[in-house]
Amino acid sequence: MDNLFAEQIISNYEHPHNKGKLEKPTIKHHEFNPTCGDEITLYLKIKDGKVSDVKFEGSGCAISMASASILTDFIKGKSLKEIEKMGVHDIIDLLGLDPGPARLKCATLSLRTLKEAVFISEHKKIDEETQRL
Amino acid sequence: MPGKINAKKIKQDFPILSIKMNGKPLVYLDSAATSQKPRQVIDAITDYYLTYNANIHRGIYEISEKATETYIESKRKLADFINAKEMEEIIYVRNTTEAINLVALSWAEQNLKRGDVVLVTEMEHHSNIVPWQLLSRRKHTKLEYIKLDASHNFIDMDDFKEKLETKNPRLVAVTHASNVLGTINDVREISRLSHRVGAKVLVDGAQSAPHMKVDVSNIDCDFFAFSGHKMLAPTGIGALYAKRDILENTEPMLGGGDMIKDVSFQSAIWNDLPWKFEAGTSNIEGGIGFGAAVDYLNKLGMQNIRSHEKSLTRYALEEISKVKGVSVYGPGPNKIEKRGGVISFSVKGIHPHDIASIFNSEGIAIRAGHHCAIPLVRGVLNEPALARMSFYVYNNNEDIDKAIAAIRKAQRIFRVA
Repeated sequence: MDNLFAEQIISNYEHPHNKGKLEKPTIKHHEFNPTCGDEITLYLKIKDGKVSDVKFEGSGCAISMASASILTDFIKGKSLKEIEKMGVHDIIDLLGLDPGPARLKCATLSLRTLKEAVFISEHKKIDEETQRL
Repeated sequence: MPGKINAKKIKQDFPILSIKMNGKPLVYLDSAATSQKPRQVIDAITDYYLTYNANIHRGIYEISEKATETYIESKRKLADFINAKEMEEIIYVRNTTEAINLVALSWAEQNLKRGDVVLVTEMEHHSNIVPWQLLSRRKHTKLEYIKLDASHNFIDMDDFKEKLETKNPRLVAVTHASNVLGTINDVREISRLSHRVGAKVLVDGAQSAPHMKVDVSNIDCDFFAFSGHKMLAPTGIGALYAKRDILENTEPMLGGGDMIKDVSFQSAIWNDLPWKFEAGTSNIEGGIGFGAAVDYLNKLGMQNIRSHEKSLTRYALEEISKVKGVSVYGPGPNKIEKRGGVISFSVKGIHPHDIASIFNSEGIAIRAGHHCAIPLVRGVLNEPALARMSFYVYNNNEDIDKAIAAIRKAQRIFRVA
């Protein structure tokens, strides 16, 4: 469990990438985790079916904030189709660790927020996998 | 010194305390969530299943008689333990939550009407909030809150007195000891003042009954709810104490076997107390385990347990205060008489869940979150979550030293030292 706080997590928590607001986003979406109070607001700019820019605001534990930082880096330039298909394993790959059952919701909060934002922007129903995140 | 708690010796009675967690000897600092179980309790339950498992009350054979007697004996032990007048005043339920819901769904349901006020405090666990919200939905009663004082540690007694006058509550429902702040409320005084305006009093004893001598006759509360699993007994067994005249004048919540004397096609005659409120086959192993837990606690002595926990709490508060960047909630070390062995804390720059994960990596079990008291934690203390360590008979200063070392480790990892 010691590696839960690997250098990548701590440094992304200390100095999060893409933290802040976007002016005139295509979509802004807020999600929170009621059990721990973690929350994220995601700002997405979408151009030609791809993420042209992204920023997030939020507060929470190192796992949730680092994961938002790493995820927002990763999705720049990605198509909405690619994002729709993302799941838990992508977050585990990006973080480089499996946070275990007690902390998984922390890790996936940013992905849930992102995928919900994408589905909403496309006027699609939020799929079951996203709801389970 | 006779009567003093020897935690090192007591630890040997708890088989789980010799396991390892993440490769480190388990340090269990989450007894406010649930306590560990001594071999004596585990053996009592095992013995029941191995040697006299049978349904109770009706069996005309030896092992059923033994099961019945052991089960009833556990109620007598519980009645003595909290100084109830008789075992007829002890209703077995699953836990504190169910005990409070039983009051809401029976006595309150039958006696409160539209506009009647249930008065609780801002430091309640959800189990002493949500049942009253549900009652409001069904009966259109009102739920009002007694504020905490400026320190956020204690009930504001002036606000309480004012609300007794202006809100004219039918029921005052208050926690005996807060699971977040550790604060021990003066429930005897609360009871006295409430009765003066004709309100009934319910005390949530989930965090008090395991840790101090409770005397319901002295408190003079009408209802007292507590759980077995926080006081060495298994999960799934708890108790509601209520004054006999209230129980006699309240209709049961559940109907079925065991709770009746006679049944015709159209009606039934209720059984005597306490069985009137216990429909269906009881949690027999739970009752037997509860009795064994009370035996264990009585052997240690509740006064000794309280002294031991005061000493642990004082030591922990002093040691934590030496660590920079740590905030502690609840009454300080100079108010130890009004405080139980529950210490909620936060560390600057580290989320409580991350603290708990680092403790876990050190083999230390603590809790992090809203502690099922969201109105208090987020509404009054204005924190998204808190870390919490809580003590019991098997903890010693060494456990606290390890916890302090884990806080320092977290600060090193997060570079906030």
